[in-house]
Amino acid sequence: MSSRATEVLLPSSAAEAAALYGDGADVTVIAGGTIVMPSLAGGRLQPRKALVLTRAGLAGVTRNGSTTTIGATTPVQELVGLADPLGRCAANVADGEIRARGTVGGNLLAGHGADAPRGDLQGALLALDATTRSTGADGEVTAPLEQFLGAGNRLLLDVSFEEPSAGAFAAIDYPHTHAYTVLAVSGCRAKNGTIRLAATGLAGPGARLRSAEVLAGDPVAAGMAALDDVAFANDAVASSWYRTKTLPVLVRRVLVELEESS
Amino acid sequence: MNLSVNGIAHDVESAPLTSLLDVLREELGITSPKAGCEQGGCGACTVLVDGQPQRSCLIPLVTIEGTKITTVEGLGTPNDLAPVQQAFTHHYAAQCGFCTSGMMLAAYAYVENGGTEDREAIQGALGGHVCRCTGYVKIIDAVAAVARGDAFDATLTAAGAHMTNLGGVQ
Repeated sequence: MSSRATEVLLPSSAAEAAALYGDGADVTVIAGGTIVMPSLAGGRLQPRKALVLTRAGLAGVTRNGSTTTIGATTPVQELVGLADPLGRCAANVADGEIRARGTVGGNLLAGHGADAPRGDLQGALLALDATTRSTGADGEVTAPLEQFLGAGNRLLLDVSFEEPSAGAFAAIDYPHTHAYTVLAVSGCRAKNGTIRLAATGLAGPGARLRSAEVLAGDPVAAGMAALDDVAFANDAVASSWYRTKTLPVLVRRVLVELEESS
Repeated sequence: MNLSVNGIAHDVESAPLTSLLDVLREELGITSPKAGCEQGGCGACTVLVDGQPQRSCLIPLVTIEGTKITTVEGLGTPNDLAPVQQAFTHHYAAQCGFCTSGMMLAAYAYVENGGTEDREAIQGALGGHVCRCTGYVKIIDAVAAVARGDAFDATLTAAGAHMTNLGGVQ
């Protein structure tokens, strides 16, 4: 166990967490622990500083009018039951015991796994056009999730979105307790009628399916067009070929569900 | 750091990022939580944290100060088994026993939270737990029995045969 040599930082507020995080150099962030702990216990990760967010006051779901804000250390389980696509997307993450520990921030920022895709919630929150509030080298920044996911080391504080008029979710499940998502598509219709789609289970982070969005009125054509927006990997849970064949199906299901909910 | 396990307060000295599983097994000698996969995939290490089943292998010690930890030792005693323990015994829901403590705690929480005998709901509640003896049918039978509130004669199995080799149960 490497933690005897690790400086453990335990902030008691968001401001203190931001100060201790600084520019993120040499800092390993621990929220629920579900991703970090196996690496720590196995000696594959030996952090110089561990920023433990348990008491930083970053957990909780709040609503202000039509805006929902989710704190970075909110357990994934607390999203189960929220409106789709987020509610069903959250329910599709691992099992209840993992969801009770794993946090929204950890799920969004886990980085791509070596053997399987991670970051299930990226898809639902990209479809919701969510906004992130984070801190890092240049202080606190508010930015679209899509931009945040490519921004490198930052400490997520919360993520917020405007509630859509309808949401839908479809996924290929993998029948194992780890339940890594092979491929998932989230969709929503914004209050102004705009359709947004996003996928996870890709070669990199989750991505918007903009080519499919412009063809949303034709679910079959949109499904095929979605292939232009993504790249797939061959990994432990599925081949690139399989994902290529199934993405159009999932896109079609989500669009049909959105259509039927109107 | 102070850690409450089965109602007993312990002063523990393990490093702050030590897993709760290691603290329980290595420092406190409570060996019912099993070190299976040690990456959250099997459920053998599950304990209750403030009544909620969670994987102890994934919990850093520093994050659970002030919580109440329960292992199967905290559910009942050999002479006064909790209903879920009686049900697992009665229905032969344990074979090698490695998954049993985690299964029992998940089942206990399921029933405590109002879970019914619906087999699909039970499978959902126990979905993170792996039994390599392929004993799921009897495990689900046992959880359904507890959810129904069945009473058990600890000297009989579900098939009616006398139990002769379970020291401490009678």
